[in-house]
Amino acid sequence: MEKKNGQIRIGFYICHCGSNIASMVDVAKVSEYAASLPNVVVSKDYKYMCSDPGQEMIINDIKENNLTRVVVAACSPFLHENTFRNATFQGGLNQFYFQMVNTREHNAWVHLEAMATTEKALDLVRAAIYRVAEHKPLERKKVPIHPDVLVLGGGIAGIHSALTLANAGKKVYLVEREPTIGGHMAMFDKTFPTLDCAACILTPKMSAVKNHPNIVLWTYAEIVGLDGFVGSYKAKIKHKPRYIIEELCVGCNDCIEACVYKEARFLDEFNQGLSKRKPVYMPFPQATPQIVLIDPETCIHFKSAKCSQTCVTSCERNAVDLQQQPRFEEIEVGTVIVATGFKPVDARKVPYYGYGNFPGVYTALEVERLINASGPTQGEVVLRDGSHPKTIGIVHCVGSRDKHTNQWCSRVCCLYSVKLAHLLKEHTGADIYNFYIDMRTPGKMMEEFYNRIAEEGMKFIRGRVADIYPDRDDPQRKRLIVKAEDTLIQEIIKIPVDMVVLSTGLEPREDAQEVRRMLNITCSTEGFYIERHPKLAPVNTFTDGIFLAGCCQGPKDIPDTVAQAGAAAAEVLALIDKGYIEIEPNTAYINEEECSGCKSCVPLCPYTAISYIEEKKKAFINEALCKGCGTCVAACPSGSIIQNLFEDEEIFSEIEGILNFRNIQREMSYA
Amino acid sequence: MSEKPKIALYWCASCGGCEESVVDLAEDILFVVDNVDIVLWPVGLDFKKKDVEAMPDGSIVASLINGAIRTTEQEEMARMLRRKSQVVIAYGACAQLGGIPGLANQFSLETILKFVYEEAPSVVNELKTRPLERFKDNGRTTELPGLWNVVRTLDQVIDVEYYIPGCPPSPKLLKEAVLALLSGHLPPVGTVLAPDIALCEECSKKDTKPTDLKFESFKRTHLWEVDPEKCLLSQGFLCMGPATRSGCGALCVEGNMPCTGCYGPTSRVRDQGAKFLSSISSSIGADSVEDIDKILVGIPDPVGTFYRYGLPGSMLKRKVVL
Repeated sequence: MEKKNGQIRIGFYICHCGSNIASMVDVAKVSEYAASLPNVVVSKDYKYMCSDPGQEMIINDIKENNLTRVVVAACSPFLHENTFRNATFQGGLNQFYFQMVNTREHNAWVHLEAMATTEKALDLVRAAIYRVAEHKPLERKKVPIHPDVLVLGGGIAGIHSALTLANAGKKVYLVEREPTIGGHMAMFDKTFPTLDCAACILTPKMSAVKNHPNIVLWTYAEIVGLDGFVGSYKAKIKHKPRYIIEELCVGCNDCIEACVYKEARFLDEFNQGLSKRKPVYMPFPQATPQIVLIDPETCIHFKSAKCSQTCVTSCERNAVDLQQQPRFEEIEVGTVIVATGFKPVDARKVPYYGYGNFPGVYTALEVERLINASGPTQGEVVLRDGSHPKTIGIVHCVGSRDKHTNQWCSRVCCLYSVKLAHLLKEHTGADIYNFYIDMRTPGKMMEEFYNRIAEEGMKFIRGRVADIYPDRDDPQRKRLIVKAEDTLIQEIIKIPVDMVVLSTGLEPREDAQEVRRMLNITCSTEGFYIERHPKLAPVNTFTDGIFLAGCCQGPKDIPDTVAQAGAAAAEVLALIDKGYIEIEPNTAYINEEECSGCKSCVPLCPYTAISYIEEKKKAFINEALCKGCGTCVAACPSGSIIQNLFEDEEIFSEIEGILNFRNIQREMSYA
Repeated sequence: MSEKPKIALYWCASCGGCEESVVDLAEDILFVVDNVDIVLWPVGLDFKKKDVEAMPDGSIVASLINGAIRTTEQEEMARMLRRKSQVVIAYGACAQLGGIPGLANQFSLETILKFVYEEAPSVVNELKTRPLERFKDNGRTTELPGLWNVVRTLDQVIDVEYYIPGCPPSPKLLKEAVLALLSGHLPPVGTVLAPDIALCEECSKKDTKPTDLKFESFKRTHLWEVDPEKCLLSQGFLCMGPATRSGCGALCVEGNMPCTGCYGPTSRVRDQGAKFLSSISSSIGADSVEDIDKILVGIPDPVGTFYRYGLPGSMLKRKVVL
């Protein structure tokens, strides 16, 4: 086999990965087999290829045996491709004269039969050895990075990321879709396990965001488009009309006072509909920024255009503008932190718990507001009928750990249920029953917290609630029966209660998919955004320069959210302070003389990297924008688009390698 | 004997169009016959197989062989011309890629014979007579060539130096090939003697193709009127131009017929049909399986559409189980 890029001398290595690979794959046999393949000069197996001695072995072998190519069969390229590329480079070769075989995640870890795994390893190794012979030397390109950062979402995650970055001297755009920052945390009364008041922790951070010279805070705004690539993103932001000129409003609330509705008549979103607001309103007293807004769905002016507009005339600063239109703004940033949060499961999804039918049934978030001193009842737990509960049932895992709703454990519900039990007890003195499947209290001080609260006289019943229905013995039919199997005594029990609290789980926001597509990041089957690697890159996404913080990545409590937000900020800082980004060279390019200008590729590029040059009548790929997805390569009908590292010869050799199994069957006889 | 270089022209499984294209050289044919000796050309001149057999091996400068290989006779002639020639040129789509006869690789030989001799609507053959390879009558044996079970390209049977594509090739390509042969300035072995760029390059309708084309349906020319000003693909007619080598001057497209791909793929593509299918599929404007099915109604014969001239020479070659 004569090669245009010189004589091919391949070094092959298979890693035991302790026993991860070696227990399932006969590594000695694979090494022996690889030695028999064309161009293979060195073939070895070793306990830990990624260790220093493992890498040294590659470096020395390259020098001593004049190797020109290296193949390592080990774990996923996500883990150690760079390690071995670097070793190849240290040995004096171009780092792309390397090919990795994933014989751990793709093989040893996913099969049960050792003999079959070994055979599969042989196939994969053969494919890589055939392929690597076709590899060409490539260089990474450096591009500068824009230092500004976009943070999406103004909950505790976004707030913490933004403040960390701003304190480091970076300019941050914090974009929040609601009229105020604060997110879910702003609705909570106290936080577990310390029982410190959520507002006391959060509101100083909210005002720090508002006042920080490096933070541009845009509330009631949404991202509607993101173009570009790491280091150079263009984000399009939509400012939704508040019908208030933000620069003029000082939050004096005179307009609310002056509204033609003398009484508040519309459900207050922040208080979960437990109180009323006017069409012009301040979301909550500590809302940040302190700017009112007008809800066109309820405002008479927008519904009938027959309003005397007392809000307009009442404002001395002329801040009310009923003609306001959505405004779009484009900003340039180098990196993005996605902190878009979660949504509590709609309790109506579990109809047999009666939420929405029985007034005595509340969601946990409603209870947070009820017990909050600045909530609709100033912290007095009053039921919808005006009475005070004497018995309360807290139902865990509503919309969690249930194949009919969500399979996952929402991780925070056990602990917030325990917290609510404590707070409800404190506020009402009621008898409190917790119905749980398992008590899950991982983390520092959490089990201690649970034990402490349990000792306060709460009743914990281990069993999933089967049904909630009105008590027929109660003449007013207000009392509810909570029916469950107490699995510890194996009996069906029916507990009459005045109030039911549904501990709803956490799920992805409704538009998580839309946002994901716009940002071009990936999500798992349940809809939470996926990190690049759970351990090695927990806040990175598969799209370079886009990072994750908080519950958009999966349910987590406030301490973990803040830790993750800090980590995301650190990753962003690491990128910005380096000043440039090295791009993987697996980009596509067009051979100009070969392009017929058929334009088939132009609309397909998900990164808008392809343009049609009218003067030359040829297509052109901006390599800085290209992510190497290969879509255009597959679509070019005349084969004139070539992708580095995925050239036809490389792919066909790999296919030829994987299909050339007949040779083995002859050579391998398991006697 | 003349000192002029010797040239042979031969046909295998072909329609005769390639022969026609030689005649289409018009007055240029006089230049050709002035400069070369044609030693074999069954359609035009009365030389016999035995005349060529009598020539020393390698004495013919070039043999231009058109047509695919289906019969034992075609294979025998191809091998004989290979021995006698310094250069063999696969002339035309059938020799290069299998051509229209190559579409037979979708059916077994028995299916084909049964249809042709028994089932075709125009056939009256109550005795179900089939041609025989050998027939004895009055002590004399008559022989017919045998049929192989598949159609092959010329280079699947003998080594081939060059290819001239087309169904048929344009006289211009033939003339340029003859000039190259006479000059001795020959490109690397294996070259297709035509421009290595797709047809859009020379199509006059190219500028009208939008850069955001999405296919919501495919049209067939006998059912829809063609707008002569606009790119045919953008009108929904499956024009193979983007996936087909240029060199014909976009004759069909200029005549408002979509390109059917007879010049084969560029040198960079191994399988023209798969590549065009891959390209078209990338631009299907469908959101659901049902939408895709609706769009596919416009392609009733995918093999005949995407592999019209190239099935034997493609990576598919033939139906797996014939």
